[in-house]
Amino acid sequence: MAGFELFPPPSLWDNLRLFWQFEDMNVLWVLMGSVLLGMSASVIGGFAFLRKRALIGDALAHAALPGVMMAFLLFQTRDPLIIFIGALCSSFIGFFLIDWLPKNTKIKADAALAITLSFFFAIGLMLLSFIQGMEVNNKSGLDKILFGQAAAMTEGDIKLLGYVTVFVLVTVVLFFQKFRLIAFNQAYARTLGIAVNRYELLLALLIVMSVVVGLQLVGVVLMAAVLLTPMAAARYWSNQLAHILIIAALLGALSALISTQISYLAPAMPTGPWMVVSLSVLFILSLLFAPQKGLIKQHLNYKRLRQKVAEENVLRTLYKLHEGHPFSHHHFTQADIQSFRNMPSSCLQNTLKQLCKKGLTECTTQGFTLTPEGIKKATQLTRRHRLWENYLNEQAALSPDQVHQQAERIEHILTDAQEAQLQQELSNSQQDPHGNQIPSSVPSSIQSPVHSKEGGGRN
Amino acid sequence: MKQTNPKKSTPPLSVSNLSMRYHHKPVLTDVSFEIPEGKTIAIVGPNGAGKSTLLKGIMGLEPIMDGEARFFGEPLTHKRLAIAYVPQREEIDWDFPINVFDVVLMGRHGQLKLWQRPSKIDKEIAQHALEDLGMWDYKDRQISELSGGQQQRVFLARALAQKARLYLMDEPFAGVDVSTEKTIIELFKTLKTQGKTIVCVHHDLNTVGEYFDWIIFINARLIAAGPVEQVLTKENLNKTYGGRLSLLNDLTETMYRTQLNKAHDGD
Repeated sequence: MAGFELFPPPSLWDNLRLFWQFEDMNVLWVLMGSVLLGMSASVIGGFAFLRKRALIGDALAHAALPGVMMAFLLFQTRDPLIIFIGALCSSFIGFFLIDWLPKNTKIKADAALAITLSFFFAIGLMLLSFIQGMEVNNKSGLDKILFGQAAAMTEGDIKLLGYVTVFVLVTVVLFFQKFRLIAFNQAYARTLGIAVNRYELLLALLIVMSVVVGLQLVGVVLMAAVLLTPMAAARYWSNQLAHILIIAALLGALSALISTQISYLAPAMPTGPWMVVSLSVLFILSLLFAPQKGLIKQHLNYKRLRQKVAEENVLRTLYKLHEGHPFSHHHFTQADIQSFRNMPSSCLQNTLKQLCKKGLTECTTQGFTLTPEGIKKATQLTRRHRLWENYLNEQAALSPDQVHQQAERIEHILTDAQEAQLQQELSNSQQDPHGNQIPSSVPSSIQSPVHSKEGGGRN
Repeated sequence: MKQTNPKKSTPPLSVSNLSMRYHHKPVLTDVSFEIPEGKTIAIVGPNGAGKSTLLKGIMGLEPIMDGEARFFGEPLTHKRLAIAYVPQREEIDWDFPINVFDVVLMGRHGQLKLWQRPSKIDKEIAQHALEDLGMWDYKDRQISELSGGQQQRVFLARALAQKARLYLMDEPFAGVDVSTEKTIIELFKTLKTQGKTIVCVHHDLNTVGEYFDWIIFINARLIAAGPVEQVLTKENLNKTYGGRLSLLNDLTETMYRTQLNKAHDGD
């Protein structure tokens, strides 16, 4: 086992340079191993995530601990394969216990998970302290699997890691369609005659293998995060499972790269926590900045909607003012608008500025007026508003007092096709329930003002 | 339950002495019936009568205590490809990242081996199924963006893509819009002309006589099964909706609780 004390303690910068020169081939291998692990754990964890069995990875990682210790105790060796098989065995025992308990006792699935997890972890810790009290060779480093230590990995560890992760990735690619089917609709898959139990076992095996092989790198305690966080982050970036899994794999790889490097540069640093922290940062970035589902994008969408609604409301108010003043008088002040519509002054000023910019209104010394383009838009909105009021009144039997509030909202989202449909379904598309005339869909270029009985009150 | 089958062919589905339970509570006791081929058949009963459970038991999704179901005279495993099952919409995670076309393609997986991917023919079949249900325009949509009726159509398209002879559907009319309801009825007619059999869990007594040829009344046990004109009677409705036989219920529960059914010789 070649040590990794090749780096004397000079500056961080020198270390970073040395690291990326790969003078020590082992560094390259460890790096590749951790990247592979990041990818395979993210992909296989993704399926656990989709099947809402997110915690299973956590339980399996903890359940591996006694296996590692027992293998070491029995064979007095750190041979990666023996340790791997030991961990695999105890992890599988844990898996079957978690599966068996809810089916055959009154214990529910979540309790079974928690009980198994802590029981195995406790046994593992007991064995670990027992081993540390013993007089045996190469026991040092065993405790590293609690939190993971990339720098403590041996060549044998990395080789095994490589084989296992490549096996996991290839299997997922081969069985992608079936895994997806089972994750989406397990009962249906059964009715197709698919051997669901066999695939479930395969999936469990892949998870156990990824977890066990990742212990050296990430550690028992934090393995769950490496399985799940990449998937949670990747879901923000796409709606296609294949793409999501690829993105998750890339995120996993990136975080593995970052944490392994840090673990080398500062040998006291455990890899696992760094990996989880970097993954969580990637998750937060996804949550905020993802193009469609990110919080910032959603906030912007909401703000845009609010702006649109405010603009359309002012247009409609101007339309109503036009209606109320049939002769020549076509300019209205902010006070006129506010007499019809409750709106904070600052918001109104802003909205009017926007409308002027878009060429829908004009600002003169006498006040604001609609441009021909603005009239067209305002007529359409008013038409939709009143058509909807009629619809509610006629078909949903709402009284005229009740329909206005609803129409105030619906007017902003009605489409051309829906407008046409409304017109067709209504027996009366001339006047709204308040007695106001419903403007025609092709407005005359100049406003044809209408006398309304209520003087353009609630409409 | 004897039924008059003019063709004398093996019935697409025959259930004999089927009993199911949930923990110790009996859900279905001794249900037996046979259905004719090329008909639409409704399973009708009050809430909690065991309608969905019956379908699941028949499809091997939930354990059966006693009895068996045979398809075209054979056990399920021999006739898988001839049967398509449509689960209830509520059982699905509609947030799952998958689009409509991929869901319908799933209907082809019974025919595919291990890691085989759907072929061009499979894709054409899926396309036809979507077109038949008027959902081809939605093929690239995320399933989360669909309305209730559209979700149901996607499920039916998936079942169609299986090219089965017997269709078992769990409440296909629940919570769908009028146009979807019409589409489903049209689909039933088309399937019937092809000699396919459709079994539906149905909850709407107003439409059951109009939509279906046959009715199976169930309330924890079989009340009646037969052609609509024979079994859709006030008496059967009263029996179905008038509450259960409490003694049958209680004693069956005690039997399960005491494990008497296992202890008894000759079982």
